[in-house]
Amino acid sequence: MAPAVFIQKLQKRYGAVAAVKDVSFAIEPGEIFGLLGPNGSGKTTTIRCLCTLAKPDAGQLEVMGISVVEKPRAVRQKLGYVAQEVAIDKILTGRELLELQAALYHLPSSLAKQRVDLMLSVLGLEEYADKKTGTYSGGLRKRLDLAAGLLHQPEVLVLDEPTVGLDIESRVIVWDFLRQLREQGTTILLSSHYLEEVDALADRVAIIDKGVVIAAGTPSELKDRLGGDRITLRLREFAPVEEAQKAKDLLSSLPFVEEVIINPAQGNSLNLVVKPQSDALTSIQQSIQAAGLPTFGIAQARPSLDDVYLAATGQTLMDAELAAAGSRDLKAEKKQSMK
Amino acid sequence: MSGTVTTSKSDINLRSPSADSTGNDSNFTGEFIQETLALTKRLFIQLQRRPSTLIAGVLQPLMWLVLFGALFQNAPKDLFGNNLNYGQFLGAGVIVFTAFAGALNAGLPVMFDREFGFLNRLLVAPLASRFSIVAASAIYIIVQSLIQTAAIVIASAFLGAGFPDFMGLMTIAAIVFLLVLGVTALSLGLAFALPGHIELIAVIFVTNLPLLFASTALVPLSFMPKWLQIVATLNPLSYAIEPIRYLYLHSHWTLGSVVMQAPWGIITFGGALLVLLAFDAVVLVAIQPLLRRRFA
Repeated sequence: MAPAVFIQKLQKRYGAVAAVKDVSFAIEPGEIFGLLGPNGSGKTTTIRCLCTLAKPDAGQLEVMGISVVEKPRAVRQKLGYVAQEVAIDKILTGRELLELQAALYHLPSSLAKQRVDLMLSVLGLEEYADKKTGTYSGGLRKRLDLAAGLLHQPEVLVLDEPTVGLDIESRVIVWDFLRQLREQGTTILLSSHYLEEVDALADRVAIIDKGVVIAAGTPSELKDRLGGDRITLRLREFAPVEEAQKAKDLLSSLPFVEEVIINPAQGNSLNLVVKPQSDALTSIQQSIQAAGLPTFGIAQARPSLDDVYLAATGQTLMDAELAAAGSRDLKAEKKQSMK
Repeated sequence: MSGTVTTSKSDINLRSPSADSTGNDSNFTGEFIQETLALTKRLFIQLQRRPSTLIAGVLQPLMWLVLFGALFQNAPKDLFGNNLNYGQFLGAGVIVFTAFAGALNAGLPVMFDREFGFLNRLLVAPLASRFSIVAASAIYIIVQSLIQTAAIVIASAFLGAGFPDFMGLMTIAAIVFLLVLGVTALSLGLAFALPGHIELIAVIFVTNLPLLFASTALVPLSFMPKWLQIVATLNPLSYAIEPIRYLYLHSHWTLGSVVMQAPWGIITFGGALLVLLAFDAVVLVAIQPLLRRRFA
């Protein structure tokens, strides 16, 4: 059976910016696949290429075995696309928007009416169906957008940052709904820069950074592959780099410590990978104390997807996010997305 | 525009749409009509809930009639030929200019759809053809233009321009249709091609009034210097204005009637219509690659 989505060596430039350099992954039918990475890492561009909104410069893209470049219309029929920014005509009511959407996918009118009613009830929108969408809250708009993307019962649902900007309650509603969809056999590709989202939902995940897939597998595979426990040690709220370096040298010599990374974005905190061992925290604190260094905070955890990202890129997702936020040209990106 | 517009034609299959893999060709017409009507319905719902543009669109040409009419009230009678008063002369110009201006702006809503991301909803859908987006806008603008035209024809009659017979009215409607179709398509092509609404508005600005003044809308050819005569007789607007003006002024007209005496030759009624048809054909072919700028 052909994979639901197949992407190989995708490349896409916008002018001088290589938005996607090397992205490959395959999604099996019926799974939720997470595309995880900081803002600006190429998630949206990958999705735009898949959904026939941008022409790839190189690489192979297939949906249910159909080439995206050669048969875009057939692919559009198979895909449901829910964009990051909800684009709804605020003059229309929710029902009118869904009716328009149904016609764009050529549902016969009787089936369209049935599906519109079904989607309105499934997503709990009946009460608002005949109100103008301009009066909707962010959560309602997202649900309406989801309803629109699902109206033609696509085989593959693509969601770009489905819960960005949503309140926790709406987020949980969306998550539950996506899980139900998977139960019914819909393949789902979702991009996110929320670790918890991907961890909670995705059967498999590809981590993408600067336009390149740096790791792929099930979330637990990725975490297990890293092995060991994670310890974050902060000497001070903002420790001087020499002090952090001194602590690093000291801790690296401990027998159970496998790796130490200084994280400049978190006030030069130390991220340690250690062999699972019950007295790790105490031993570390003792040697820090013995060397006359202060301890601001120390915490131990099982590896998270963030650690996977950290191990591959040397920074946490949050740091990458913050760094990217400063260097992004939002105006240029807006232009790009209109192309 | 209420009620269901979606077609329930027998040629639309009742299979689950996900089973429909490639959208086979026999459905093309039905699908094209379905998506066009749905997109048109959206535009009319917007108009119904925000009628201010139509109200302004009807009032503005009436003000043109009154104000321009007053400006030239004391002009020598024979200046416009055949002992006409300016009111009789002006009606055709205002009809065409109003339709033209409306059509030129047709791309703006599409540009805003593009900027707000709504257009992506259309572009990721398996449309039979993206010309349905053009067709929907054209239908909308044509209806709007015909409403405006009716108001102008009635107001002109009160101002002493006379009232064309049924055949004349139908011909005016056909000419407005031809002009609006081409200009709407051009404007939509620009909405797909230009970077944003600022640029589109700039293009509309430099096109709108210059084309009006470089046409026979406000003054006859004989009134213009030679170079402007040449420009005006190459301007598509003149090819819509002169036939309408001719049928306003002559109770008997045929496709062979000479409607315009260009410095470089004569234009007949039928010739003017052919020029408008050719204009539409050229524009529709020319914008095709713009609509396909992403994937076809």
